[in-house]
Amino acid sequence: MDLPVWQTLYERLKDDNFTIIAVAMDSRDGDPLPWVEQAAPTYPVLVDRDHRLADLYNMVNVPQAVWIDEQGTIVRPAENAGAYEAFRARDPKTGAPSESATATLKDAKQTYTEAIADWVAKGAASEHVFDRDQALAHLGRPSDDTALAHAHFRLAQHLIRLGRGEEADAHLAEAKRLHPESWNILRQAIPPNDMGLAVDPDFIARVQALGRKHYYPPVDMKGMPSGDPPTAE
Amino acid sequence: MTTVLTEQGPAEIEARPTPDTDALWLDPAEAERVFGWALKPEGLCRGEVCIPVPAGSEADYVRDGAVNIAAFFRRLGKPVLASRDRDVWLFGESAGDRAAQLESLEAPDFTLPDLHGKPHSLSDYRGSKVFLTTWASW
Repeated sequence: MDLPVWQTLYERLKDDNFTIIAVAMDSRDGDPLPWVEQAAPTYPVLVDRDHRLADLYNMVNVPQAVWIDEQGTIVRPAENAGAYEAFRARDPKTGAPSESATATLKDAKQTYTEAIADWVAKGAASEHVFDRDQALAHLGRPSDDTALAHAHFRLAQHLIRLGRGEEADAHLAEAKRLHPESWNILRQAIPPNDMGLAVDPDFIARVQALGRKHYYPPVDMKGMPSGDPPTAE
Repeated sequence: MTTVLTEQGPAEIEARPTPDTDALWLDPAEAERVFGWALKPEGLCRGEVCIPVPAGSEADYVRDGAVNIAAFFRRLGKPVLASRDRDVWLFGESAGDRAAQLESLEAPDFTLPDLHGKPHSLSDYRGSKVFLTTWASW
């Protein structure tokens, strides 16, 4: 969970003309509350029940982040917010985490937050700020199917709030079919398990089917883990 | 009443009854109020942009002093969806328009509530660097 990491970073940088906005991609109203109470963030935490940000910024998973400068210009388009798919290295039988993957995960987050601090200190001179061509090269563009998937998802959420869950299900299924890369759409629809996580056999099968492919694209940043995703040892 | 979900948010409208399930017929003033598109001799216009009424199928777009907003949106490649009873409609944005917005590198604005229901817009934070990030309870 990133909220405490962002809180530490925010306390360090908040007097330098910088803010963090953390948007919960949570369709069920009360879901984000316990996490927010525990982390007690002092930066804005917003709730996006309809996953509007995924539609506007072409996002497929959490955490994804966008760096926006003082003029409102995107200097790093939607990207993996320094996450590392360490969960894929868990022991398949015991579920025990891999020590090396957990260490890589921690280092990755550290490298990413230091890059943000570098940007806040140096502005456009930071090596982590993309120029226009680099930003365009890193930009994901939605397909017609993706745009339609987000429309189905948003209509479904409205219908759910009207108590018309059965009718909503058809739109959620269509959203999933049209945008198979979106873990946001897939996992929002999975009821939480005993640990509060949206993990079901379909999700596990989809992750296993990735093989050597990444869960979602890793961030393109110096010092971040590269190469193949981790596997169980 | 009919609910329409647009880029600007939800709105309640008075739709004209029709047997055509693909159509949403509105009074032009209602279309302008909710969608920002005004009916003019050139077609349906927003700012400088006008969508001409396609010759030969005029009656699918403008009829009896009403505008079929669904037909115009579809013509622009924008997603249009309706609930089973046609009481809730969604009018989305086309992939092309989304991509063009992103390619401008001007961060798309949005307004979302915090946990107390207070709305925040990205544009409220103009003048600061913003690290905009997502998370989820799931």
